[in-house]
Amino acid sequence: MALTKEQIAQRIARELRDGYYVNLGIGIPTLVANYIPEGINVVLQSENGLLGMGPFPFEGEEDPDLINAGKQTITTVPGSAFFDSAMSFGMIRAGKVDLTVLGAMEVSENGDIANWKIPGKMVKGMGGAMDLVASARNIIVAMMHTNPKGESKLLPQCALPLTGVKCVKKIVSDLAVLDITPQGFKLIERAPGISVEEIKAKTAGKLIVEGEIPEMQF
Amino acid sequence: MNKAVRDAGEAIRDIHDGAVLMLGGFGLCGIPENCIAALVKKGVKALTCISNNAGVDDFGIGLMLRQKQVRKMISSYVGENAEFERQLLSGELEVELIPQGTLATRCLAAGYGMPAIFTPAGVGTEIADGKEIRNFNGKEYLLEYAFDADYAIVKAWKGDTDGNLIYKETARNFNPLMAMAGKITIAEVEELVPAGELDPNMIHTPGIYVHRIFQGKDYQKRIEQRTVNPRPLPLLAG
Repeated sequence: MALTKEQIAQRIARELRDGYYVNLGIGIPTLVANYIPEGINVVLQSENGLLGMGPFPFEGEEDPDLINAGKQTITTVPGSAFFDSAMSFGMIRAGKVDLTVLGAMEVSENGDIANWKIPGKMVKGMGGAMDLVASARNIIVAMMHTNPKGESKLLPQCALPLTGVKCVKKIVSDLAVLDITPQGFKLIERAPGISVEEIKAKTAGKLIVEGEIPEMQF
Repeated sequence: MNKAVRDAGEAIRDIHDGAVLMLGGFGLCGIPENCIAALVKKGVKALTCISNNAGVDDFGIGLMLRQKQVRKMISSYVGENAEFERQLLSGELEVELIPQGTLATRCLAAGYGMPAIFTPAGVGTEIADGKEIRNFNGKEYLLEYAFDADYAIVKAWKGDTDGNLIYKETARNFNPLMAMAGKITIAEVEELVPAGELDPNMIHTPGIYVHRIFQGKDYQKRIEQRTVNPRPLPLLAG
């Protein structure tokens, strides 16, 4: 069975290490916050100007001056700090944020990512995505393995306009966990019940399969 | 040095057609609501607006778009705004999209008196087209210029009559950067106090950057995405 969005988030959460500063993008990446493993302390960065993002507020306690980068009402955790947008991207550019998790429309076998623009459609903008992918030390992409038409989103080269080049380190899709290596997409784990053959068939870019590929456990 | 003016109308009195404005805020959080209302009332046209977002159809910069006052938007994300989309597709409105960190740092550079910055954001993408690229320590960076804005219009939480400003929570965002970057900076605040009443240790924007300040009124502070968790059920006694 392919992973649900929640399971993709759950699997990415296992990549968190104690003491990490983490930026979570909009969509599936946001769900990662719900699965932070016991005993692991991470600080969530929101690029509109907050370190120490907490859960959504209780009903009636929403504060319009306190939102995340998705413009959702949030809370802070003890030890949090506010800052301006230049400092926010300054800490990202300087490599202080340990991990960035974001979504993608396409990823290429050398780690290029496209996630901001579809030619012919209204372009809303890149927001902070180009800054994040240009500077983050470790980038994990959360995405579906194929688009709604069933075409692979893991390609030899991105067809859509790029957001950043040679930056993605790992992909967690609904079918597999893959590392980006100098040789191509390296298959690390497969979703429960998903065969290596199916992953091969749905990966258009170069796929490296070495030895037995373990199944993810949930 | 008393910089207090009566209201938004007086603060924006000399903003003319074709002016380049910076407007603080992220989404609808920390936007200068009073000045936007005054600009709509004044009806100035052909404005260039540098702002991270473009508001929504019936609030924020969206109100100025509706009156066709904006000729060009410089933003990182223009979001869900039907009137914006219509004007863009019809060619009435020009849009320049730039990465959010680049937008923030081009404001910072202006306020710090630096003509340009180097950033890796956009290297290898269409954003880099036609831009100077320099290699530092094996990594490529784009040359991006400091903004040059006629007016910066910002919103703060508290301010004093000398123009010193304090922001609240994530309503800070672009406001302190733009406050530093305008040839003329206008600040609207929720609470204006006499100079000397704010703790100098707590000032985010020193008054030297601010030319006009007033206490705003009737803040709506609209929420774009109201997300909440259910309250835990109260424990039953006994």
